[in-house]
Amino acid sequence: MAATKTFRVLPGFKITLGFTLTYLSLIVLIPLAAVFIKTSELSLGQFWDVVTTPRVVATYKLSFGLSLVAAAINTVFGLMLAWALVRYSFPGKRIIDALVDLPFALPTAVAGIALTALYAKNGWIGQYFDAIGVKVAFGPLGVLVALVFIGLPFVVRTVQPILEDLDTELEEAAVSLGADRWQTFRFVILPILLPALLTGFALAFARAVGEYGSVIFIAGNIPMVSEITPLMIITKLEQYDYAGATAIAVVMLLLSFVLLLVINGLQAWTSKRTGRDR
Amino acid sequence: MAGATTLHLGGDHAARFESRAATREAPWVKWLILGVSLTFFATFLLMPLIAVFVEAFRKGWGTYLTALSDPDALSAVRLTLTAALIAVPLNLVFGVCAAWAIAKFEFRGKQFLITLIDLPFSVSPVIAGLVWVLLFGAQGWFGGWLMANDLKVIFAVPGIVLATVFVTFPFVARELIPLMQAQGREEEEASVVLGANGFQTFWHVTLPNIKWGLMYGVILCNARAMGEFGAVSVVSGHIRGQTNTLPLHVEILYNEYQFAAAFAVASLLALLAIVTLVIKTWVENRAARALNLETAVSRLSIARKPDEHDVLGIGQTPAIR
Repeated sequence: MAATKTFRVLPGFKITLGFTLTYLSLIVLIPLAAVFIKTSELSLGQFWDVVTTPRVVATYKLSFGLSLVAAAINTVFGLMLAWALVRYSFPGKRIIDALVDLPFALPTAVAGIALTALYAKNGWIGQYFDAIGVKVAFGPLGVLVALVFIGLPFVVRTVQPILEDLDTELEEAAVSLGADRWQTFRFVILPILLPALLTGFALAFARAVGEYGSVIFIAGNIPMVSEITPLMIITKLEQYDYAGATAIAVVMLLLSFVLLLVINGLQAWTSKRTGRDR
Repeated sequence: MAGATTLHLGGDHAARFESRAATREAPWVKWLILGVSLTFFATFLLMPLIAVFVEAFRKGWGTYLTALSDPDALSAVRLTLTAALIAVPLNLVFGVCAAWAIAKFEFRGKQFLITLIDLPFSVSPVIAGLVWVLLFGAQGWFGGWLMANDLKVIFAVPGIVLATVFVTFPFVARELIPLMQAQGREEEEASVVLGANGFQTFWHVTLPNIKWGLMYGVILCNARAMGEFGAVSVVSGHIRGQTNTLPLHVEILYNEYQFAAAFAVASLLALLAIVTLVIKTWVENRAARALNLETAVSRLSIARKPDEHDVLGIGQTPAIR
């Protein structure tokens, strides 16, 4: 962070940057570094054994697989919801628009027990699934429900501003050139939305992979069937297996870093395409 | 990761799209999209919220009030407030400092710094708790020293505060950085050149410009601080009446099959969420109004210009007419 040689009019650069870097190091960087240092106590072979035990591998499949499915569901329905909120007027729209952010504001534990109550076999929604022999709560499907819940606002809130910025002229031009409504959507609107949709997908996916609070209540947490990866870290910690817990944490952290890079790239693409800052 | 949590000034656009044939769908398509998306909204967002309150009052007001006035519940409220009262101001000061350094100055590695500030958003809450166990737990780096000095961080209040600070770390910074970057530094430079000191400049020039964004960041930060579950659960040790926050108290009651009591406490947190969303919407409206006012004023001053000429008598010269 070498200071540039230009003369600065505004004061406070050194003290604010100094505080920023110190605080960042103390709260985020050093603690996260501890995870990697702790794991280095294990040999590469031991590390590999911990992170590839069948029970742990089953959690990767569940966590990553269902997070992908949930993000895909959110991309489709989130786009529809954003479309409805931007393009149509209907009663209660402002309240619905505000409530889209509920998963950001509602504590995950509350979401977890509420979704469990709804989707249990005697719940308001679960009873209909139970009637056709489908178990939602206390199984993998329950995990999916929770991941869809927490991921929805990411897609809606990344797509909505882009939809609002769209000029009507684009669609009018498409129509006057002979395109029908579907062609206009498919070849004019969708390409403009694509970077935002992918960003929303990646954000929802990243959040879903790490999610804990809302999932553990509804998952049933059956080994090899409905255990998520963050739960494995907790389980290892409860057995005082700190090295094992950190080894799994390293796998998750590496994935988070990759996702963060992907999301940054996608957001840069979005702003390049649309001229928006974010 | 905050792309979805930043101040959003929407306004209503429906009229613009609905009034033109080219931007309208066939009625059946419109109703289909509305029907599907609103059903999706109802089943995944609205019904869980309603369910919290219905379950909370299932056994009546008596049970509800008993659950809330239980000493363990009250101590959970106190701990939750304590953690938020420490975490939110800390991250507020950090957010303002980081945004000032990043938005008002040029330096190498700025983009990388912004990415690092975002990190806690992409780390699983469980890992946000684990890191403090590795540092301050019985077997952690400083565990021996803490034990020798009879200090407790993990399974105690300091650990809960640290975990809360970690998960809420980026909220204010992430809100202010793009906002202050967009506003540039001319106004502050003018203020300093006119003789104001740094603090006066911040207080009288910068703060009025960023107040809505700042409030927005603070309320989201507070909601997360009071509602955090995963990270706090790892460091808390779940000691009733001592290291239980409200979300952890909900979990304990739920696991003891005291469902009505669990939902009663959960309804407090759900109310907090609703209040957060109401304030958030209000802030968005105020910010949008401020923005509209600004554009209206600048338009007005452009429109006024011929009038100024009129006053000077230029427009009234008969020769020009």
